Amino acid sequence: MNTLKYQSQAVAKPYFVFALILFVGQILFGLIMGLQYVVGDFLAGAIPFNVARMVHTNLLIVWLLFGFMGAAYYLVPEESETELYSPKLAIILFWVFAAAGVATILGYLLVPYSTLADFTFNELWPTMGREFLEQPTITKIGIVVVCLGFLFNLGMTILKGRKTAINMVLMTGLIGLAVFFLFSFYNPTNLALDKYFWWFVVHLWVEGVWELIMGAILAYVLIKVTGVDREVIEKWLYVIIAMALISGILGTGHHFYWLATPEYWQWVGSIFSAIEPLPFFAMVLYAFNMVNRRRREHPNKAATLWALGTAVMAFLGAGVWGFLHTLSPVNYYTHGSQITAAHGHMAFYGAYAMIVMTIISFAMPKLRGIGEANCNRAQVREMWGFWLMTVAMVFITLFLTGAGVLQVWLQRLPETGEALSFMATQDKLSIFYWMREVAGVIFLLGLIAYISSFWVKEKATA
Amino acid sequence: MSESFTKGMARNIYYGGSVFFFLVFLALTFHTTKEMPERDNRQNITESVERGKHLWEKNNCIGCHSLLGEGAYFAPELGNVFQRRGGEAGFKMFFNGWMKAQPLNIPGRRQMPNFHLNDQEIEDLAEFLKWTSEMDINGWPPNIEG
Repeated sequence: MNTLKYQSQAVAKPYFVFALILFVGQILFGLIMGLQYVVGDFLAGAIPFNVARMVHTNLLIVWLLFGFMGAAYYLVPEESETELYSPKLAIILFWVFAAAGVATILGYLLVPYSTLADFTFNELWPTMGREFLEQPTITKIGIVVVCLGFLFNLGMTILKGRKTAINMVLMTGLIGLAVFFLFSFYNPTNLALDKYFWWFVVHLWVEGVWELIMGAILAYVLIKVTGVDREVIEKWLYVIIAMALISGILGTGHHFYWLATPEYWQWVGSIFSAIEPLPFFAMVLYAFNMVNRRRREHPNKAATLWALGTAVMAFLGAGVWGFLHTLSPVNYYTHGSQITAAHGHMAFYGAYAMIVMTIISFAMPKLRGIGEANCNRAQVREMWGFWLMTVAMVFITLFLTGAGVLQVWLQRLPETGEALSFMATQDKLSIFYWMREVAGVIFLLGLIAYISSFWVKEKATA
Repeated sequence: MSESFTKGMARNIYYGGSVFFFLVFLALTFHTTKEMPERDNRQNITESVERGKHLWEKNNCIGCHSLLGEGAYFAPELGNVFQRRGGEAGFKMFFNGWMKAQPLNIPGRRQMPNFHLNDQEIEDLAEFLKWTSEMDINGWPPNIEG
């Protein structure tokens, strides 16, 4: 049963499938790292912590990018009411990106990082070895090429079709993503400048343009599953992303507190990042409001659950847990502690992992030719996955927060001479790390339940 | 939301607001980069410091350690390790011994790999960490433990 409105939407499918495969890899490496926190020498020779961490975070970035691209290929033709400009280009770019991504991850795993740097001529244009931007320069160039091809393809589609608010917001988000990534090529010798502009990629992605992408995908799914008038939903979308950028751009200042920058950033960063939870709160109101006002009962209950879930979890993770340590007098004690890790985990899961799973949940039944929605049994399994993963992530966040509070208490608050050292403090936190690891295993079980839902079929009735 | 607040108004707030705040951000960035030479210790960047930074990156030290509070939180903060581990008097000797003693191979303890750096490279890395510790970063961290 083919229920795709535009046949070229089908190119989204390999993107989604590959994204989920990488997601599984990300979680497995997360579990390895979690164990290394408490059993320090676990796999220390084969997969040193820095390698596991690089694989964990890079897989996250890449699977989310695959998810965003899949989402764009799926929703832009429908929004534009025209076929994709070039499905063939989309498939070629898929294989280029997948091959480059796999080669890069294998590079991390199979050779020492310094050897990888030598292989890829890092000394000609050094860009490697900075958190989240560890990719060899050649991979970074590949990412830019893929992004340009992708934007060209989408841009041409939108140009010949209808220009909806969702299209425009998604496009500005994706263009911003590509433009700010260019700062990853700027790596001055001066560490302060290096870090300052590093945030142009890292912050302006996750607290800026990615929020546009998230908002656009959420708006699209809400229109489809609720049947609420597009005008209403698009108005909300504009208000939310306006708040996101107005607070988020100057909110970058909360990363400049301890970085050889003028002290006014303490004020600018604190004030604007105090506003940053608002758009996420508005997103919660908006998602629930739209679902309550729905004009149709969409058969895909799981997609609606993901849409509501991402709004709530993004608010908690990005909004509340971000605000917890964003004011400069607080950040002075929490900067670079486990509090940061707690926030990072819930924010990425809530805002970005869940929005990708929202669109996958909505689009996959159609892409697989099943129809509007999976059968009831498959949806129930999928919802088990949702709850297991989401509750596990809440506990991961709580345990890391506990670890962070204790860390600040023991290592940061006492005067020099009385404070415990970093390693001595880490020993005291091990109970929290063990519990985090247990929660991580439950997350993996949730992920297995979620993935297995793709194979669940309705029982044959006699 | 009330009917008098239209989608067009919301759109204008989005485009206008983000352009306005982005321009403010650029202006502050311009001012900040003008001010940074006063604080970021750039006058002391030697060729050795430069080589040290490349070694820091090439061996992905940030994958375990944090530097000025950013990076991984698996191993100690190194932005102030120069002061913590002996300062002018003893840091370089400590650091050379430390790098060569890795991995410590204490069962169950987090392991730092041995990166097989030669004496010159260890010296360069030490110079980079020393230079980093001498930046004015508004009094962070709260104490010597980082």
